[in-house]
Amino acid sequence: MNKSVYASPDQESETKRHILTVLVDNEPGVLARVIGMFSGRGYNIDSLNVAEVSNDENISRITIVTHGTSEVVSQIEKQLLRIVPVHSVTNLDQEGSSVEAEVALVYIYISDSNKKKVYQLCDLYRARKIENENNTTIFEIAGASERVNRFIKEIKEITKVEIVRSGPVAISSIKKNEEE
Amino acid sequence: MNNEITGAEIVLKSLTEQGVEVVFGYPGGAVLPIYDTLFKQNSIKHVLVRQEGGAIHAAEGYARSTGKTGVVLVTSGPGATNVVTGLTDAMMDSVPIVCITGQVPQHLIGSDAFQECDTTGITRPCTKHNYLVKDVNKLSSVFHEAFTIAQNGRPGPVLIDIPKDVQFASGTYEEKNKIIIPSHRLFEPSPDFEKNKIEEAVKLISNAKKPIFYIGGGCINSGPKASKLVREFINMVGSPVTMTLMGLGVVGSSDKNSLGMLGMHGMYEANMAMHECDVMINIGARFDDRVTGRLDAFSPNSKKIHVDIDESNINKTINVDVPIIGDVKQVVEKMITVWKEKKFQIDDKALKLWWGKINKWKEVDCLNYNNEGKQIKPQYAVQRLYELTKNTKTFITTEVGQHQMWAAQFYKFEEPNRWLTSGGLGTMGYGFPAAIGAQVGHPDALVVDIAGDASILMNIQEMSTAVQYRLPVKIFILNNEYMGMVRQWQELLHGGRYSESYTDSLPDFVKLAESYKAVGLRAKTTDDLDDVINQMIETKNTVIADIWVTKEENCFPMIQSGSAHNEMMLSKGQKQDKKSAEKGKILV
Repeated sequence: MNKSVYASPDQESETKRHILTVLVDNEPGVLARVIGMFSGRGYNIDSLNVAEVSNDENISRITIVTHGTSEVVSQIEKQLLRIVPVHSVTNLDQEGSSVEAEVALVYIYISDSNKKKVYQLCDLYRARKIENENNTTIFEIAGASERVNRFIKEIKEITKVEIVRSGPVAISSIKKNEEE
Repeated sequence: MNNEITGAEIVLKSLTEQGVEVVFGYPGGAVLPIYDTLFKQNSIKHVLVRQEGGAIHAAEGYARSTGKTGVVLVTSGPGATNVVTGLTDAMMDSVPIVCITGQVPQHLIGSDAFQECDTTGITRPCTKHNYLVKDVNKLSSVFHEAFTIAQNGRPGPVLIDIPKDVQFASGTYEEKNKIIIPSHRLFEPSPDFEKNKIEEAVKLISNAKKPIFYIGGGCINSGPKASKLVREFINMVGSPVTMTLMGLGVVGSSDKNSLGMLGMHGMYEANMAMHECDVMINIGARFDDRVTGRLDAFSPNSKKIHVDIDESNINKTINVDVPIIGDVKQVVEKMITVWKEKKFQIDDKALKLWWGKINKWKEVDCLNYNNEGKQIKPQYAVQRLYELTKNTKTFITTEVGQHQMWAAQFYKFEEPNRWLTSGGLGTMGYGFPAAIGAQVGHPDALVVDIAGDASILMNIQEMSTAVQYRLPVKIFILNNEYMGMVRQWQELLHGGRYSESYTDSLPDFVKLAESYKAVGLRAKTTDDLDDVINQMIETKNTVIADIWVTKEENCFPMIQSGSAHNEMMLSKGQKQDKKSAEKGKILV
């Protein structure tokens, strides 16, 4: 997906999921700058996560999951670096191994007939019960997106659910750091 | 505290400390405190435009002709939205601008107050950076950072939105040298930057048999010294050089190595040389689609070196072999040092053959046009303008369209910063206010806006500005009563259906000039042309010269959309093959 008026002759690599970690000054409008770059230049955001990580320095960490060829993702990284309050952009997929996790809250409708199955599955995935009222229970599940996906798929086969998920946050793994 | 001053005073003090001499602006409710402070001082001159859009183009013209940062001061709401086009223009062409906008008082923000708009929201994608200043004590540091960001790395526009209550509030002023800008907010090339890449590049150049330098606006933004170094290096190599629209003047038109402009309406020899070269040295250009033509046929057999200060330009559309990220001046200086140290030399025999080939392409005489009859050809008008102004210090600005391309082709630039045109955004209405800005920066120089009859009407209100400040700007209209470039594309791609490209009821430009107490001149035939041009130059007043040119002239040579460098159209008779034409039609 080349952004020129003309089709590019160069071979393009395959489209892949990439997790980008963007460190930014925590100032007004910084999130709008980052996501505005994505929408303005026609890139994809699959999920987005923002939180302040260090109080004294006023720095926020934005985790963006995007997909694209490595050419496109490299262009995304460079465009992000042009934004004045951006400190650094790390493509975790190119950093070797990384650790990722996300949280999902799941409303599960429970009846006598599916109760056992639901609890078994939640035990298996170590989903934590948060609230319970009448026939509805709210479970919390955390872990890699892959794992959350599997849980949701399986629970949906049993009963009706409502889901909210945070999208992943990620950090480069210690193992990789030790190797360096 | 005794040393507290108002926000409005901090604004003026910051501008003064930044060395600002002139501000282009238009007052309004939300900037009244700043205008009040402006009234009480004498160090900064204010140029009152007639529409905010004129202010920002004037600031662009001032910035690009002087190398300084252009400053704009406008009010909230419509004042701010009117500068959006100019901000985008400055963003695309990398022009350093600081634009100050007033904002409604903070307690009204978000209430849809009178003349309120989300200025920082609207301008976020068309500025390099912008600020909404909520604390008067941060005002001076914001200003000093804004000026640094506007000029640093790849220059661009920066906007500062100041709520009215902040302009009235009292706070302390901090001096420029007390402000520390964190390094991540600026572009800083590493000190031993890309040394190996420079050696690799220089070695590649020395081994070239068919080299070409492809020079862009980045060389001009890097300052006059960069142009000197680029010329010096090209002379050492003996290589041909071509320039983009934005790069004209970096190497003089009369330089023996210059092939002139390349791209869609560039020179045949320049485009052919780009197509056939074996080593391309791109310095400060960005492989724009007007330059490259069809990408899959763009210079297929060359190794490419790309010097750019903005990393995002590397491999954006064209993959290059040796990228060098840095400022042109520093990179080329190192290239020269390496070339001398290692005693590199290019293969003279191969270079001679290469020049032989290029000289053959030159024989095509691609700018040739039929100049018979008494009617003025637009090309001829620009040629005469050049001949009659070439010995004067002249700045040329343009609007956008056919006249712009004819100006680029037929006016010969020998120095950088003398040619001001809207390249990236292609803003009709740019040229006249830009000429006003250039004239403010160079009161004694000759400043000519080569215009079209359609473009000039987009900012014609600035006549009033030019006359008020006794700015002897010359507007040289190539009047064919058409939006010429639109007409040309309609002729070539849309079966000659001239949909809405003819302008009926144009004003009488002579009377229009006179109504502003300027001077109006008209040339109807070739017999009048030289007299009109000479009279225009001699007049110490704003002049509109209405040059009646042949109506249906097309701008050639041309790489039509969808074609490649070696598929140039030289004249009307030559048709693009149908398949490329169909493909090209959907492109811009």
